[in-house]
Amino acid sequence: MKRITLPLTDEQIETLNAGDSVLLSGTMITGRDAAHKRLYELAQKGEDFPVDIKGETIYYVGPAPAKPGYAVGPAGPTSSYRMDKYAPTLMDMGLKAMVGKGARNKEVVDAIVRNHGVYFAAIGGAAALIAKSIKSEKLLCYEDLGTEAIREYVVEDFPCVVVIDSKGNNVYETEPQKYNEE
Amino acid sequence: MNFRQINADTVKNTVKKLFLDCNYNIGDDILCALKKSKDKEKSPVGQSVLAQIIENDEIAAAEQIPLCQDTGMAVLFVEYGDKVVIENGSFQEAVEQGVREAYEEGYLRKSVVSDPVFDRTNTKDNTPAIIHTKIVPGDKIKITAGGKGFGSENMSAIKMLTPSYGIEGVKDFVLETVRKAGPNPCPPMVVGVGIGGTFEKCAELAKKATFRSIDTENPDPRYADLERELLERINKMGFGPAGLGGSTTAIGVNVETYPTHIAGMPVAVNICCHAARHKSAEI
Repeated sequence: MKRITLPLTDEQIETLNAGDSVLLSGTMITGRDAAHKRLYELAQKGEDFPVDIKGETIYYVGPAPAKPGYAVGPAGPTSSYRMDKYAPTLMDMGLKAMVGKGARNKEVVDAIVRNHGVYFAAIGGAAALIAKSIKSEKLLCYEDLGTEAIREYVVEDFPCVVVIDSKGNNVYETEPQKYNEE
Repeated sequence: MNFRQINADTVKNTVKKLFLDCNYNIGDDILCALKKSKDKEKSPVGQSVLAQIIENDEIAAAEQIPLCQDTGMAVLFVEYGDKVVIENGSFQEAVEQGVREAYEEGYLRKSVVSDPVFDRTNTKDNTPAIIHTKIVPGDKIKITAGGKGFGSENMSAIKMLTPSYGIEGVKDFVLETVRKAGPNPCPPMVVGVGIGGTFEKCAELAKKATFRSIDTENPDPRYADLERELLERINKMGFGPAGLGGSTTAIGVNVETYPTHIAGMPVAVNICCHAARHKSAEI
C-alpha cells in the first residue's frame, strides 16, 4: 500500500503503476456532471474558472448530506465515463488526476498520457467507509448545484487503486482478462 | 360491502420507514452473498474489495447512515387491496410525503431533477417517486420500496427479441448487456431480467426482479436453471469486484416472466449494484 500526498508531483505520478493500491492524503476538489458542464462551457468561451484546477486531483462525487457530528456525508465515487466528454479539456488546462469509478474512453486515456496524469478508482458503493477518510470539506463554488457543487476535501488515507497510469496502462483491460474463464 | 379504512398518515409513515431502512440496512441476502463470495473470490484484490464493501455495509447499519451516497430514485411496488379506502388524504400524496420526509430527515441524497432534458433543476425532496400499483383482492396494502441508484440503472437495456431467438437469444442478450456494463455499475452486481409481456411490462418485470431477494429462485425450475446458468457465466467474465478483476462479477441473477404476444419475446435487463436495496411492509 503506497501512501501518496496531494497535490501530486510529477515525480510521484511517475512512481504510480496501474494496479497499485494507494492511500491519498492532502486536498482534492470535487465535481461531477453539472459542474463539469459549467467548467467546460467556460473553457470553450475562453473564460476564467471560479476554481484553480492546476495540479489538482478531482474526485467525481455527489455526497449525501452529513448527519450532525459528521465532517461529511457518505461520499463514494460516481461513474467516471459521464465526465469523459469534459476530462481531456480539463487535463489540458492543468488538472493532474481524477478519482472515480469505471471505464474511461480513449480520449481520456490519451489525455492522461499526454499530460502525464493519473486516474484512480475508489470502490463504488463503499460511501460510508470512504467518508471516514474525508476529514473536512469546504465549498469552493457552484453552491446552487447542491450535492454537485465544487468542494475541497481534506483527506487522510483515502483508499483507491491506480487504474490508468501515466504510461496509459489500464487495469480494467489487463486484470479481468486474468480471471476470464469463458 | 366491507371496506377497510387506512389513514393516509399510516401509509406515509410506512413509506418513510421503508426508505430509511433500505438505505441504512442492506438486506441479509446481500450481506450473506457478499461474505460467501469473499471466501470464494480468486483475486486477492477482489477479496479486499469485498471485505471493504462488507465493512461499509456494517458501518452504515451501525451508524444508521446511507450505505451509498446515491440513495437513488424512489421506486415502489404496491399491491393495493381493492377493499381499502384511504382516509384523511390520498394514497399518492401519502407515498410522496413519505419519500419526502425520509429523504429530508434521514440525510439521504436528493437526486431527482424536474425535467429530463431542458430544466435539470433538483426537486430538492427526491420526489416524484416511481410507483407501480397492482390492484389485488383483499383489504391490505403491501409495499416494497427501494432506492435505485443510477450508476447501475444507466447500464440497463431492453431488446424486442422475436420468438425464433429462443432461450439462447435471451442468454446472449443478458450476457452482452452485462459485458457492456463491465466495471461501471459497481460490481458485484445483481442482475434483474424481465422476459415477456409488452415493451413496458418487460422493463417493469426486470425492475421487479432486482427487488426480489437473491436467496430466492424463480418458482419455475426452467427459469431457476436459467438464473443459475447466467450467474455462473457472468462470474466467468472476470470483471470481479469493482471491476478490478476476479471471479465475483455478480452475486445474483433474478428472472421474472409474463405471458407475451405470438410475435414477441421482449427481454429487459435491469442492472443493479451490490447495494441492491429494498424493504417490504404490509399495512
